[in-house]
Amino acid sequence: MFANGPDSFIWWDWVDRNTDKIWARTIEHLQLTGSSVAIGFVIAMAMAMISLRWRRAYGPLAAVAGGLYSIPSLALFGFLVPITGLGFRTAQIALVSYTLLILLRNIVAGIDAVPASVIEAANGMGYEPWRRFIAVDLRLATPAIVGGLRVATVTVIGLVTVAALVGSGGYGTFIEDGLSRARGFSTPIVVGGALSIAMAVLFDAAFVLLQRAVTPWARRGAAGGAHP
Amino acid sequence: MIQDALDFLTDSRSWWGRNGLVNLTWNHVRLSGAAVLAAVLVAIPPAVYLGHIRRGGIVAVGLVNLSRALPTFAVIAFVFPLSLQYGFGLGFWPTFVALFLLALPPIFVNAYTGVSEIGRDVVDAARAMGMREHEVLRRVELPAAMPLLVTGIRVSAVQVVATTTLGALVGFRCLGTPILQAIATRNDGQLIVAALLVAALSLLTEAVFGVLGSRLTPWARNRAVETKARVQHAA
Repeated sequence: MFANGPDSFIWWDWVDRNTDKIWARTIEHLQLTGSSVAIGFVIAMAMAMISLRWRRAYGPLAAVAGGLYSIPSLALFGFLVPITGLGFRTAQIALVSYTLLILLRNIVAGIDAVPASVIEAANGMGYEPWRRFIAVDLRLATPAIVGGLRVATVTVIGLVTVAALVGSGGYGTFIEDGLSRARGFSTPIVVGGALSIAMAVLFDAAFVLLQRAVTPWARRGAAGGAHP
Repeated sequence: MIQDALDFLTDSRSWWGRNGLVNLTWNHVRLSGAAVLAAVLVAIPPAVYLGHIRRGGIVAVGLVNLSRALPTFAVIAFVFPLSLQYGFGLGFWPTFVALFLLALPPIFVNAYTGVSEIGRDVVDAARAMGMREHEVLRRVELPAAMPLLVTGIRVSAVQVVATTTLGALVGFRCLGTPILQAIATRNDGQLIVAALLVAALSLLTEAVFGVLGSRLTPWARNRAVETKARVQHAA
């Protein structure tokens, strides 16, 4: 395992020769993750606004998001290829669709949990509805919303690795490459796997810090509870 | 596309043989079951014990939540060369390890929370009635924690069934195999049928654990049981 050659678990010469490639894949992985979560957040926020304005819309909207979420990722990538071709765009559509359920649920649950007394107090102080929504409701829902972004981001980082299958780049490309060699070439598989894991764990930790920073009043974060 | 799916469904070659849907579904269920069972055996004893002594739980929950961040396919890829090198072969074991890690957090966190959040007055009353510690655990804490505990297993099982599909990427024959094949050969009918089978299997798992949950906890039936599972990972 610690021998150094093409047949070893990890061949450091390969890593040395491919640092620029590793860097390029890192950028691709980050771009795909960041853009998918950002687009997903905008759509989920719009869905949440509609749900909060018309309560009856929440059920159907959550059902649509839940339906998209339950499609196996391999199958969804497969469905999209004949329609949108191989590449970045196809991966992005699938990844955005996976973020919707997580984000929608967290945004709505966070805003629902704002105590009625606080809203009444804000109304009594003369806040107009829209200003109150932004300054009070959204502000108090921030821990839940950041919690949703945390789960969505970490999930997407993992799925971007699978998305390499449709030629969208990222760390999964190394894994595909290693698996497609005749006898299996371990080094790129290990490098791709390890870097994906490292990125996910890093972002998970970063979101915990962010959660603390944006909610100085709530030291006990929204994440980590039981699964109801 | 629907015609393609029907054609695929009515062809007996799709169903039987080594790569038939029957055999692949069985493999899929077998691996999912093994991973969930292993997670139950590993997670529940320490979770219940820590919940019982009501200590060290926060640390344990934090540690276990770390594994929530692990991307399943990356773990499969990482274990794959090790598995080959040490003679465990391709397919089954790398996928098993990744699914086991995926199943662990919900089961552990729910079992711990279920036991540790029982009212102190209830547990103290049991002690005052003369129960020994192991009796308190077996006759009071475990039954009271059962609904949450079963929910944890259900959440894990549903995630695992959907995620087992990824095993196909390292050569494990499961319902992911026909999906990969269909992508390569542009066979839309096969793709739809296999994807729907995975989705149906997830729904079936959810339903089976729902029934199991209410069988195991008849006293909780009249209470409003939360059925919405919070989901963490997509397959």
